[in-house]
Amino acid sequence: MDAVVIESLEPLIAELRSRGFAVVGPVVRDGAIRFEEIASAGRLPRGVTDDQDPGRYRLRETGDEMIFSFAASPDSAKRYTQPPRQVLFRMRGERIEEAEEEAPRIALLGVRACDLAAIGVQDRVFLGGRHPDPAYRLRREALLLIAVNCAVPGGTCFCVSMGTGPRVTAGHDLALTELAAPHRFLVEIGSERGEEIVRALPYAPAPARDLADAEEVSRTAAGRMGRHVETEGIQERLSAHDSPRWQQVGARCLTCANCTMVCPTCFCTTVEDSTSLADGTAERAERWDSCFTLGFSEVNGTPVRSSNPGRYRQWLTHKFSTWIDQFGMSGCVGCGRCITWCPVGIDVTEELANLP
Amino acid sequence: MTPVLYRVRSRRPDRVDTVTLTLEPVRGDCPPFLPGQFTMLYAPGVGEIPVSISGRSRSGGYAQTIRAVGAVSAALCGKRPGEVVGVRGPYGHGWGVPAAAGLDVVVAAGGLGIAPLRPVVRALLAARDRYGRISVIAGARSPATLVYPRELARWARQGADVQVIVDHPDHAWHGPVGLVTRLIDRIVFEPRRTHAFVCGPEAMMRATAEELVRRGVAPGRVELSLERNMKCAVVRCGHCQFGPLFVCEDGPVLRYDQAGPMLAVAEL
Repeated sequence: MDAVVIESLEPLIAELRSRGFAVVGPVVRDGAIRFEEIASAGRLPRGVTDDQDPGRYRLRETGDEMIFSFAASPDSAKRYTQPPRQVLFRMRGERIEEAEEEAPRIALLGVRACDLAAIGVQDRVFLGGRHPDPAYRLRREALLLIAVNCAVPGGTCFCVSMGTGPRVTAGHDLALTELAAPHRFLVEIGSERGEEIVRALPYAPAPARDLADAEEVSRTAAGRMGRHVETEGIQERLSAHDSPRWQQVGARCLTCANCTMVCPTCFCTTVEDSTSLADGTAERAERWDSCFTLGFSEVNGTPVRSSNPGRYRQWLTHKFSTWIDQFGMSGCVGCGRCITWCPVGIDVTEELANLP
Repeated sequence: MTPVLYRVRSRRPDRVDTVTLTLEPVRGDCPPFLPGQFTMLYAPGVGEIPVSISGRSRSGGYAQTIRAVGAVSAALCGKRPGEVVGVRGPYGHGWGVPAAAGLDVVVAAGGLGIAPLRPVVRALLAARDRYGRISVIAGARSPATLVYPRELARWARQGADVQVIVDHPDHAWHGPVGLVTRLIDRIVFEPRRTHAFVCGPEAMMRATAEELVRRGVAPGRVELSLERNMKCAVVRCGHCQFGPLFVCEDGPVLRYDQAGPMLAVAEL
């Protein structure tokens, strides 16, 4: 069984929940598409699309019955693979207790090809080196990934350039393609776990026409990428440490760290130590950090990268160049979030194009 | 990422703001270390910082020399014998001491940079006849901030040429004044057959390495130990990035032929 057709997501969501998964999917909240736990398909954003441009994100009603007509949202799978904050250990008197590792069974519904690629990047970072992270491994194994092939890329998307999309090819348990008239979903099986779930659903074998339609959805999406990056020779271009371009972009950059918070692969963290006044227990927690903060590179009270251009250069160079040296792959998956959510509309694709 | 508890066995103030602690595991054995490796030292409830191991104590624990410059280092400096701290590690690549066999050796330290070099000098002097001339040059802000003054004198008695320079002399100082690089004129070494170990502030390391290379020491025979912000020490937190490298794993000791071009880039 490679592919089937289902008419509704309701039985899928019910089946996942009956198997003990919390189903997390896209919903409309605070004027954006966000990820949250859902109990039924009724919560999914029907008839909504997004307009994305540098520094701009708006939802717009389409009036149709389509559920996944939007591109990358400010939330990514990172929230579930690497939680924004987690307690590492507690110390009571002269005793250290490791925090219990929490790995809830989560089915992520609506993950795109770029986000699957981002999970692949995180797997390399957290599991591929000499010090694999056991907590990450637990969370990752507890995650079921139900992807959706992108139909409507955003104005800031460039996954085609990065070779990560728009079609889902790997890393998924199931991949859906939403088809119209009649409204239905082609479901492609990516894993044994995925197949087991599909077998429990009301489904029909996929006719050749639906397979062709699904191919067409991805082909159309690939032709509608908002942006492009020339990856050929990119490491050489980024070795221009003295380019005046860094000064120009540094003058615009607010170093607000938004780009790193919405990035699905930015993995940097810091730790926070605190002590309870009630019982003297000391606690250490890890939380997302960003190379845009001044304290990030601070040694003995002095930051190594004290200027905006220096910090912007570190981020962009890491994403597209030194990441390749470190992990053998790019740190960018082309989701475009950093462009959309930059309050001053700095566009990585433009910055890369303007380096010598 | 969870530290192991160690007990402070001894605490020896080294002049003004610097303390050497010896640490022993509360339970179990103290893992071996290579000269130049560091541990992540945790002051309970306050925080954790990377600190080079400055020696093996007589009882088998780690000696670690800490200068109070921030909240965590001040808390660690304040630890008394019997109190506990957390230790992770040792981490990182140490000095290439075996590579110096048969050669003249220059050990150059600026400020607290002498701490990670102490196990190197001890190893060199423990096998004195395996090396050519051994020169130790050390700089300090002032005579009062010079660490290990008695040990420096002992190294001289054990066969090293030990030279000390200060930036700000007091009335009792009769030695040379200025930067460590000035001492290179005062030591004897054959540049083409020399291996150098350099540790101190980055500007000091660059100037020293440049001067040694200018005199003919091969850039691949000059080793530096870098300092970067670190939170995890296991290539996960991203803080210690230095171009394509992670200082926690690829360093802290790097060869000058590798690190030099990157040190020349401001804010890398």
